[in-house]
Amino acid sequence: MARKIRKPTVRPQGAASGTRRAPRSQPARRVLVLVATRKGAWLYHGDATRKTWRVDGPHFLGHIISHLVLDPRDGRTLLAAAKTGHLGPTVFRSTDLGRTWKEAARPPAFAKAPAGESGRAVDHTFWLTPGHAAEPDAWYAGTSPQGLFRSADGGVTWEPFSYINDDPQYRTWMGTVQDGTPDGPKLHSIIVDPRDSRHLYFAMSGGGVHESVDGARTFTPIVKGLEVVEGFDATNISFHDPHCVRLCPSNPDRLYQQNHCGIYRLDRPSNAWVRIGKNMPKRVGDIGFPLVVHPRDADTVWVFPMDGTTVWPRTSPDGIPAVYVTRNGGRTWQRSDSGMPERQAWWTVKRQAMTADAQDPVGLYFGTTSGELWMSRDEGRRWSCIARHLPEVYAVEAAGLA
Amino acid sequence: MKVIIPSSLRSYTQRSEAEASGATLSAVLADLDRAYPGIRFRMIDEQNRIRRHIRIFVNGDQVRDLSQPLRATDEVVIVQALSGG
Repeated sequence: MARKIRKPTVRPQGAASGTRRAPRSQPARRVLVLVATRKGAWLYHGDATRKTWRVDGPHFLGHIISHLVLDPRDGRTLLAAAKTGHLGPTVFRSTDLGRTWKEAARPPAFAKAPAGESGRAVDHTFWLTPGHAAEPDAWYAGTSPQGLFRSADGGVTWEPFSYINDDPQYRTWMGTVQDGTPDGPKLHSIIVDPRDSRHLYFAMSGGGVHESVDGARTFTPIVKGLEVVEGFDATNISFHDPHCVRLCPSNPDRLYQQNHCGIYRLDRPSNAWVRIGKNMPKRVGDIGFPLVVHPRDADTVWVFPMDGTTVWPRTSPDGIPAVYVTRNGGRTWQRSDSGMPERQAWWTVKRQAMTADAQDPVGLYFGTTSGELWMSRDEGRRWSCIARHLPEVYAVEAAGLA
Repeated sequence: MKVIIPSSLRSYTQRSEAEASGATLSAVLADLDRAYPGIRFRMIDEQNRIRRHIRIFVNGDQVRDLSQPLRATDEVVIVQALSGG
């Protein structure tokens, strides 16, 4: 199934490329790009220069793969969140980089409701997050309908995690399957503080951003400063629609968020988000799904704006796709579209379909709703398409291989 | 008894027919899951509801209740109701 994709050589990197930041903390490694789509998963193995890519796939052809993640703690375990149009949701696991797969013995599932009550059923697992480095077998999962799950054995068996799945207050904030995202509201952006395994964040596409500082014994909403759709009450947690939340690895006290209503930054210990998207060009706006943070520079963030006007087309604005980057924490933004189509390109990028590798300079990757995979090996100065004609891309992750 | 497996679930059984036993449909599906771990959850959710696109027929009649009694001579046919794109 493997075949080579050859790309034209791109121009040399500019002199400014990555020079003002700290040197990379790890030696150059080969990059593996994990692409989850509406019809299966593909793995793209990069060479040392990230110029040629060997494609391995499809895996799970016909399955809806919402997320495909490599465990950074062992560099070989892959977890895939899967379902089909007809079958229930499950998680597949590989310990040999996708050569063989085994299904989870107990995939994420809600607790059985007491007799006479109508309990919830997981429609699909949407998000996967490896646990803290000190907990090598821990994984977290977010589902639709919104639920939080944890595995303590590397993804083989999963349990509902913490009290929130059945808590009356959280259930109110979660709303129903009709609230929010068309194929069901999603619990996503599960974040583990690299300094403290008990410090967790998660976000709900219908229901705000939440934090625990006590290992999930309690969670508290963090929505101060976030705007909601005009006419709704911002003090009601249900009305908050975070699309993607990221913590900066180089400064875990800083988070960024792409929300249904703007781009925000949060500097802890403050609980108030600041709308940095106001500094985006008015014509483009600050609506979108994905947000990517630089692995070593907490001031650098990339977003992919979409059209959130009128009836919410959710396409690239004016059919001219572009990434926008800030290198000063959101004070100013620059357009980054060299190599992208200049007209009549109506795709967009979903919330976990854009990512960065840890190389120097950083490689950026995104997958489109039209089934293309794009990358930049120079932090967005120049973009090229490395795969076309894939199914709609749901998630893209980049992992370093030794 | 004989259980006919739809194409979408043959990754579990490798065959279009499987053998399972039990006094009720629920017991037969549990037996099937012992032989082919994971197959039941793809058809039946965690609240014991038959999933939206799965249909189960016993001797030609659709069964919606997992407590339906079965006999060893019954034939169970599992079907996926195709929809979507």
